[in-house]
Amino acid sequence: MPAAGRTLAQATLTDPLIRNNPITLQMLGICSALAVTTRLDKALVMAVSLTCVAGLASLMVSLIRNATPAAIRIIVQLAIVSSLVIVVDQVLKAYLYEISLELSVFVGLIITNCIVLGRTEGFAMQNPPLLSFLDGVGNGLGYGLVLLAVGFVREFIGTGKVFGYTVLPSVYEGGWYVPNSMFLLAPAAFFIIAAMIWLLRTWYPEQQEEG
Amino acid sequence: MQLDSPRYTLAFAAAVCVVCALLVAGSSVLLRDRQQANKLLYLQKNVLQATGLVAPGERLRDAEIVQLFDENIRPRLVELATGEYVQHPEVAPERYDQRRARADPARSRPAPPNLARVKRVPDVGLVYLVMRGGRATQVVIPIEGLGLYGTLYGFIALDRDLATVRGIAFYENRETPGLGGEVDNPNWRALWPGRKALGEDGSPRIRLVKGVAGPPEKNPYQVDALSGATITSNGVTRMLDFWLGEHGFGPYLARLRAQGGP
Amino acid sequence: MEHYLNLAIKAIFIENMALAFFLGMCSFLACSRKVETAFGLGIAVVFVQTLTLPLNNLLLNHLLAEGALGWIHPVLAGLDFTFLTFIVFISTIAAAVQIVEMALDRYFPALYTSLGVFLPLIAVNCAILGGSLFMQERDYTFAESVVFAIGSGTGFMLAIVALAAIREKMSYSNVPRGLRGLGIAFVATGLMSIGFMMFAGIQL
Repeated sequence: MPAAGRTLAQATLTDPLIRNNPITLQMLGICSALAVTTRLDKALVMAVSLTCVAGLASLMVSLIRNATPAAIRIIVQLAIVSSLVIVVDQVLKAYLYEISLELSVFVGLIITNCIVLGRTEGFAMQNPPLLSFLDGVGNGLGYGLVLLAVGFVREFIGTGKVFGYTVLPSVYEGGWYVPNSMFLLAPAAFFIIAAMIWLLRTWYPEQQEEG
Repeated sequence: MQLDSPRYTLAFAAAVCVVCALLVAGSSVLLRDRQQANKLLYLQKNVLQATGLVAPGERLRDAEIVQLFDENIRPRLVELATGEYVQHPEVAPERYDQRRARADPARSRPAPPNLARVKRVPDVGLVYLVMRGGRATQVVIPIEGLGLYGTLYGFIALDRDLATVRGIAFYENRETPGLGGEVDNPNWRALWPGRKALGEDGSPRIRLVKGVAGPPEKNPYQVDALSGATITSNGVTRMLDFWLGEHGFGPYLARLRAQGGP
Repeated sequence: MEHYLNLAIKAIFIENMALAFFLGMCSFLACSRKVETAFGLGIAVVFVQTLTLPLNNLLLNHLLAEGALGWIHPVLAGLDFTFLTFIVFISTIAAAVQIVEMALDRYFPALYTSLGVFLPLIAVNCAILGGSLFMQERDYTFAESVVFAIGSGTGFMLAIVALAAIREKMSYSNVPRGLRGLGIAFVATGLMSIGFMMFAGIQL
């Protein structure tokens, strides 16, 4: 429920950021959250790409929601999402070539990132365009927030750097910090996300599960 | 018209297809030139890094890279089997894509079984010569081979004596960040210049070894392996062994050596 | 023969879709509460993977790749449609899922009711699309893509059934309140993937 004093639009945008976060509560879009968070710049590019795709896809699906035949709605949504993803992929290859090399197949996998399809199917099909757009952007940002947080922890502890700039000079470069490379391995991402879930659910006890 | 009538459904699907196709094809066509320019620029940057003309980690503007490359570097096509320079009938060296040639059965042959797990070898390879005052001072050889998770692609630059390493650069790897991914680390790459990739007899001899290999004068044929990445390190050793050896660019290097330099 | 066996073992253990590449994580975590459901989803993944990956391989090599259309007319040999791979792959997958669903409903109602819920989910399972994209990246031949499809599907099934078994046992443990459910599933998956990392680098 939106809190008092906030408009519906504000709530739609900000709710998914922390409280109703797609990754920690809705269990959506986890795959890429693990694979692209070894460095902050990768995480940032991925977050921005996903936010664009989620926002625009929600907008477009919502615009044609009343004209879409129910029988083919999933494939129509998939077509829209994958076209947008291809455009994003092409733009990345044209303007951020080196990062696009590192993201490799994971940009393509935005298509099957359940956040996008989950929001178009679950929200945009029933709501007006502007609100759907905000919902898509909000969920994209919520996803991005988790990605950046995980990316920060992994890059900082794993290499002593933030965004590629040395913060803690490592022993390999004549400093004192011994980087913990375990944080660069994928399992570390699981533990970091688990810790975030624990924190969030201590804060919002109503999200705790039984058993 | 009814929303769920077959005719409407088909028409709607067709309309969505057309719009999506326009979007996708449009972006692809509009951005293609830029993408290809990026790809070339990225390769050129890595060639420059291997030769030491650009320090690892040094940030240059695109125009500076193009200028440095055009002023100092000449791409040449080499027939691998004979080691002779060739003129490709259709493609200028600047546009030749060795990886694509390797994938094309008509322009490549299966590699003999090898530890680097190279499956196919192109008939014609692309090397780069570093020119100073009208003569070649370095030869840059492309290398590729399997690491831990996938294939590493890179370049090694050799000095006029065709044995001393001037530098190494990998432009594509899928190794674990922080372990095998350290092939990109400037500090590790700085260990390479001055070592000898080939022995007195002209066969590849350089090895990545565990521990500290010491300075090049003391231990010319060994380089420190990447810590925590044995398989990536072995992969680098093996790919150098293959590409500098008889099935790779060995005949070419032998020919240059016989004529007294590039 | 040996080559294909190696490829299968690699796809199942060394390059496990779920535990080495972390693909299909959403359904991996969402459908692993019970061994039974996990098994159902696993079977469905193997099935769809084996159907779509070789099909995508054919489409890629005979329609989309550069020069692939040369057999129709030499003029078309210069065309390169690889930028369409995402959209073609996902359409194949979505269509295959839809067709499989209808066919099962019509001819194998028993199997349909047991798989039913999971089939639509699979269209957006990234292990499936990821499999096709890996196939493209690694230039698999048709035969290799069949083996890879079966292997990667089986690997996913193995992983999800194993996680479900662990989670069933976990109901007897005293997990901190905030970690119950999703949180502890993340931790368990992390530990499992550390186990699977031992396979990394085995050269076959």
